[in-house]
Amino acid sequence: MSKISLTNVRHSYLTEPKTDADWALKEMSVDWSDGGAYALLGPSGCGKTTLLNIISGLLTPTEGEVWFGDEEVSEMPPDQRNIAQVFQFPVVYDTMTVYDNLAFPLRNRGLSEPEIDGKVREIADMLDLAETLMTRASGLTADGKQKISLGRGLVRSDVNVIMFDEPLTVIDPHLKWVLRSKLKELHQKIGTTMIYVTHDQTEALTFADQVVVMQEGEVVQIGTPVDLFERPQHTFVGHFIGSPGMNVLGCSVDQGQPVFGGAPVAMSKKIGAYDANARLEIGIRPEFISFADQGIPVQIEKISDAGRFSIVETRHGDDVIKLLVPDGGAFPSDQAFLTFDPDHTHVYANDWVVTRGAYG
Amino acid sequence: MKKIAAVPILYILFLMLPIYWLVNMSFKTTNEILGTFSLYPHEFTLDNYITIFTDPTWYNGYFNSLTYVGINTVISVSAALPAAYAFSRYRFVGDKHLFFWLLTNRMAPPAVFALPFFQLYSAVNLFDTPLAVALAHCLFNIPLAVWILEGFMSGVPKELDETAYVDGYSFPRFFVRIFIPTIAAGIGVACFFCFMFSWVELLLAKTLTSVAAKPIAATMTRTASTSGYELGLLAAAGTLTIIPGAFVIYFVRNYIAKGFALGRV
Amino acid sequence: MDNKTTNPKAWFFVLPVVVLVAFNAVIPLMTVVNYSVQETFGDNIFFWEGVKWFETVLNSERFHASLGRQLIFTSIILAIEVPLGVAIALTMPKKGVWVSVCLVLMAMPLLIPWNVVGAMWNIFALPDIGLLGHSINALGIDYNFTRQPFAAWFTTILMDVWHWTSLVVLLAYAGLRSIPDAYYQAAKIDGAKPWAVFRYIQLPKMKRVLTIAILLRFMDSFMIYTEPFVLTGGGPGNSTTFLSIDLVKVALGQFDLGPAAAMSLIYFLIVLLVSWVFYTLMMKDEDQ
Repeated sequence: MSKISLTNVRHSYLTEPKTDADWALKEMSVDWSDGGAYALLGPSGCGKTTLLNIISGLLTPTEGEVWFGDEEVSEMPPDQRNIAQVFQFPVVYDTMTVYDNLAFPLRNRGLSEPEIDGKVREIADMLDLAETLMTRASGLTADGKQKISLGRGLVRSDVNVIMFDEPLTVIDPHLKWVLRSKLKELHQKIGTTMIYVTHDQTEALTFADQVVVMQEGEVVQIGTPVDLFERPQHTFVGHFIGSPGMNVLGCSVDQGQPVFGGAPVAMSKKIGAYDANARLEIGIRPEFISFADQGIPVQIEKISDAGRFSIVETRHGDDVIKLLVPDGGAFPSDQAFLTFDPDHTHVYANDWVVTRGAYG
Repeated sequence: MKKIAAVPILYILFLMLPIYWLVNMSFKTTNEILGTFSLYPHEFTLDNYITIFTDPTWYNGYFNSLTYVGINTVISVSAALPAAYAFSRYRFVGDKHLFFWLLTNRMAPPAVFALPFFQLYSAVNLFDTPLAVALAHCLFNIPLAVWILEGFMSGVPKELDETAYVDGYSFPRFFVRIFIPTIAAGIGVACFFCFMFSWVELLLAKTLTSVAAKPIAATMTRTASTSGYELGLLAAAGTLTIIPGAFVIYFVRNYIAKGFALGRV
Repeated sequence: MDNKTTNPKAWFFVLPVVVLVAFNAVIPLMTVVNYSVQETFGDNIFFWEGVKWFETVLNSERFHASLGRQLIFTSIILAIEVPLGVAIALTMPKKGVWVSVCLVLMAMPLLIPWNVVGAMWNIFALPDIGLLGHSINALGIDYNFTRQPFAAWFTTILMDVWHWTSLVVLLAYAGLRSIPDAYYQAAKIDGAKPWAVFRYIQLPKMKRVLTIAILLRFMDSFMIYTEPFVLTGGGPGNSTTFLSIDLVKVALGQFDLGPAAAMSLIYFLIVLLVSWVFYTLMMKDEDQ
């Protein structure tokens, strides 16, 4: 078990990439600490599977290096890197029993049968597969098969990292929760590094200690779920995380203060340096907006009831601003004023955050 | 992986060898064929091909063959389309048995049908017409077409049909305007296989024809039985029969593997 | 998976198919059955003979001989073409322009009219002027398929392998292509050797495709007529007279309607029986 580092990694699926768009992964350097629970979050096509395959060795990066601890493994094939991977759909050897499936990686590595037996039973117990050990793998349900896939990774004691590529895709919704909890439990018990790729923010935020958010081949932010929520460094992170996502409103800056709708907006942070020609925007989450007697004038357009709160959609000129009102809270019927919480207002230039200062 | 590429290359070379020999011979004179053994024509000649293109008994053979193959493909696929739709979408009395019975006809040895077909088609006055061969080939081509089309159709969700009805399409309009374009690939595959099996079949084609509708296969066997004298001509005729097949494969090359893989496989 | 609606009007949809196939199948078969149980001395006068023809055929040495030859032929064909086809499919490129090129070239033998296949191999294998025949003799081996039964068998089998292996290759290749990459990736991670990958991943996933390939090759090789007929005429002597060739000789050559009809029915039944066994096995797998 060791730390994994990607140094200056860049990847293209084309033999001669020319434009920016030809690179599936833009240049990045990422460290994964030993024993961490990571989520790799992003929409389809953002490059997360590519990144995963570079770590596991199924792909060799066009540029850059992959390090496992002190060893450079960029060109090393997967079976020598001591990794395990669980795929989107269950990959089991149909003609073998559950037992033989779990034993397979160990038999290939030449362990003795008593050793194998011990390990297989231990893992089967951990995954609640003990009852089905002697049945043919093809007879199990989808979640059972995914457990076998996972089990084949866990039986090996030398595993550096376990990678999950959207593993709950084919699982029934009511079983997803069960499996997710199981994974979290396993991580706490075994402590192996786990990297979980998904496009579902709930999965990512509930599983991971650290989330790596990606968009169009770039790592946009790495942080804890709380970090991502309260201090999104990129408008994409703001959009993607939270439901509904962050409001992004075009603005200008005057003497260090953001100006929106003609009036300056109170903010508790300072604005750092930015490109004078950049597109400037304010980012503020619906959770941090409230109705007030004065402030930004808006027209109320739509109210959706989401259970414990309501989502109110308002309009200011061409901008749509959404805010959350807790259940039972009062709100005006037609026209109103909004205020933004100064501690949670951010300014972005060309999508990247430029507000600095005390992050609470 | 490059070293394993040797296997497909060797296999393809093996496949091309007899074809090359045939083409080689088609450009030789009979004297050269019987006289010397040469890997390429020392006296290159186009005479064999000229004979075929100018002698009606030869080129009519090609027309006849292409005619009945074309007719058969049209009949088989047209009849199979509604039937496949029924198998794919409806339950009806005897449906499973009917489907199985259709498949058994693919398993019928043509030799068993040679004599009965001869009598049957003579009795309905269709002997020696392209239509006779086209109809006879329906015996095994229609089951095949139904099997292929049903596989493709089952891949199209029923919701498509229902949406069309809700939108006010009548059934014929729906079938022609919406459904058929959706399964165009399947129709292509079915046409390919009907063409293939009808084009290559000889026994029934010969049995049901004599002069007027004689397929190229029969013309060739007549030449072959005069052992040796007209080998060059025979080779040229054979080479020409390879061309339609090559064309067809080229056009459907993307569907070859796909077609096998859908539905039943 | 059955979301079909019950619709008695469906029979109209299948009517054209039923008519066309029944016309070609039922009427001739009835004729055959008719002949198989009757005797005629010409002038369209028939006498009931019951099962006499069936007994005659089933007891005839000639029938045993051609059936025996057919069984040996089909067994050899299956034993060569199926493993060979699978082996070639395993080594074919998976993507790129070469895939199309390979598939097109490999499919060519399948689209050549069967009589041309026979004629082509005839010319190819002739001992003095054919490339194959000349080459074998040049190696010092005395080879003449028109005179030697062993050479005739050798050439016929080689011709069939040349002709039909590609069908197995195409089917096996389609089956292999449908295996998702993730299986190979997982096997790599598990440290599996190539033989294990074949045994535990590729072969099981190709089961359906292989069943179809074996079924088709069994049926078609069991019914083979044109290619060997054009190549050897069934000879030398009787040595390559397979079932279909023999049947056509009896039916169209000798016009022995009774024995021909009985033989036809027995023939058809054998094919149906073995095919039915395969069909059931195939369907059983699908239910699992």
